[in-house]
Amino acid sequence: MLEIDRIDAGYGRAQVLRGLSLRISPGEILCLLGRNGAGKTTTMKAIMGLLPLTGGQVRLDGQVISELPAHRVAGAGIGYIPQGRRLFSELTVAQNLEIGLRVKNSGPEVLEGVLELFPRLRERMGQRAQTLSGGEQQMLATARALCVEPRYLLLDEPTEGLQPSMIEAIRQVVVVMRDRGVGVLLVEQRVDAVLSVADRVAFIENGRNLETVAADDLRRDHSVIERHLGV
Amino acid sequence: MDFGPYLLLASLEGAVTAAVLALTAVGLSLVFGVMRVVNVAHGEFFMLGAVLAWWVAHLVGDAHPAVGFLLALVVAPLLVGGIAVLADVTVLKRVNYDPERTIVATIGILYILQQVTLMTYGPDARPVEPPFNTRLALPFVEWGENGLQLYWPWGLSTTSYKLAVIGAAVVVLLGVWGLMARTRIGLLMRATQLDRDMALAFGIPVERVYAMVFGIGAGLAALAAVLIVPIQQAHYLMGGDPLLLSFIVVIIGGLGSLPGTVLAAVLIGLSDGIISVFFSPTLAKILATLLVALVLVFRPQGLFGVRRA
Repeated sequence: MLEIDRIDAGYGRAQVLRGLSLRISPGEILCLLGRNGAGKTTTMKAIMGLLPLTGGQVRLDGQVISELPAHRVAGAGIGYIPQGRRLFSELTVAQNLEIGLRVKNSGPEVLEGVLELFPRLRERMGQRAQTLSGGEQQMLATARALCVEPRYLLLDEPTEGLQPSMIEAIRQVVVVMRDRGVGVLLVEQRVDAVLSVADRVAFIENGRNLETVAADDLRRDHSVIERHLGV
Repeated sequence: MDFGPYLLLASLEGAVTAAVLALTAVGLSLVFGVMRVVNVAHGEFFMLGAVLAWWVAHLVGDAHPAVGFLLALVVAPLLVGGIAVLADVTVLKRVNYDPERTIVATIGILYILQQVTLMTYGPDARPVEPPFNTRLALPFVEWGENGLQLYWPWGLSTTSYKLAVIGAAVVVLLGVWGLMARTRIGLLMRATQLDRDMALAFGIPVERVYAMVFGIGAGLAALAAVLIVPIQQAHYLMGGDPLLLSFIVVIIGGLGSLPGTVLAAVLIGLSDGIISVFFSPTLAKILATLLVALVLVFRPQGLFGVRRA
């Protein structure tokens, strides 16, 4: 269980998250929905320890990971796929993946397993990350996070700016990971893309929880979405 | 002496300057590239290297000069690197590597190192004996009765030690390149340079990488100083020129670009040597600073730099 327990966080004096709580179980996809500036990306950065918490805790299976130094969070079992991909652009595909593998000093069998999910990357191993197409970059960002052998995955707008076939490829990998028992926190702008994979949906606004509902209910009744997102 | 041999002599002097400058500037460039820290105290790490070299050679005493020098070549960079790591952990880390505050902090480190050296080592300039120093006369070509032929103009010479300095600098620079491009630790350093937050998110202990980079940067400056001290003597104010020239080189080459830094060091070192011999050292500095101004106006990212988004 990845528990975000009443966290406060922000940038300098600007507080963004106010007592935000989320719970992600193994093998479920929790989707975070909210308007621009609601604090979705900030939540992910706070979980990764990239922003200092001013209140609350983040716990992973009971371990308080919000007290770890930032570079130890990944090793606790969290793979992060940030918005805009944030690859190590001048490094090769292989080097990007190696950095992921080093988190837990994983062997080549982990890399092999990841490359089975993304066969396209195998042909690109010696190529610099910045020369990949947008879809391939997203694959690499996802593969890099999977090299961590994560128990929980954080995906921040993974389908932004991708063509439909790539979106589908990423979606399938997310579902595969869920079926393997990985808990997924997904931030996504496109509601339809969310509803097709999410198990539960958490709405947030101004860094606060609004409500968390089962995705099945949303599929039956769209009014909640319209109320919270105004679409 | 004719113009040709004179130019060759000036170029050789320039090449020695370039070699030492390349080492010093690569240290500065590494620190800026990875840590985004403008290290104003870099020249003092250079000075400390020279002073420690004298100290080590002095302690060794009467043995063959090569013993003291070789020992200094190992000890001085390590000690200076250690001092830099200490400065990083106790000062730079505490100001969160904030760009403006690190400038002020390193200015403070500059004065501390300089004044402590003045209080302990004193104001004298002291020499270190080179390990070997054979004078080598150099030939030049001229049109003789039988076409091109070699001759040995009077005054055209260098020393074996100066050639060794150039060679040593090349070897060390290749080593730095190998470290960055071929080793795991280099990979971590480059990843940290490219995206600090993602490096943290993927388990790279950024603070330790920073401490190490700061140590290596200072160690390179110290190594350059040990190489030059048999030619120049150790003095507590000797850090100013290398600092200025290193900044010039790093700006022209492109902040954080190692190949650009080396190329710019060769350019500035050679022109500094040649202009100093034919005109005056002041003119050489004027032209170098003018070049920096032009680069900043027309190509702010430097010759080899990449524009950052």
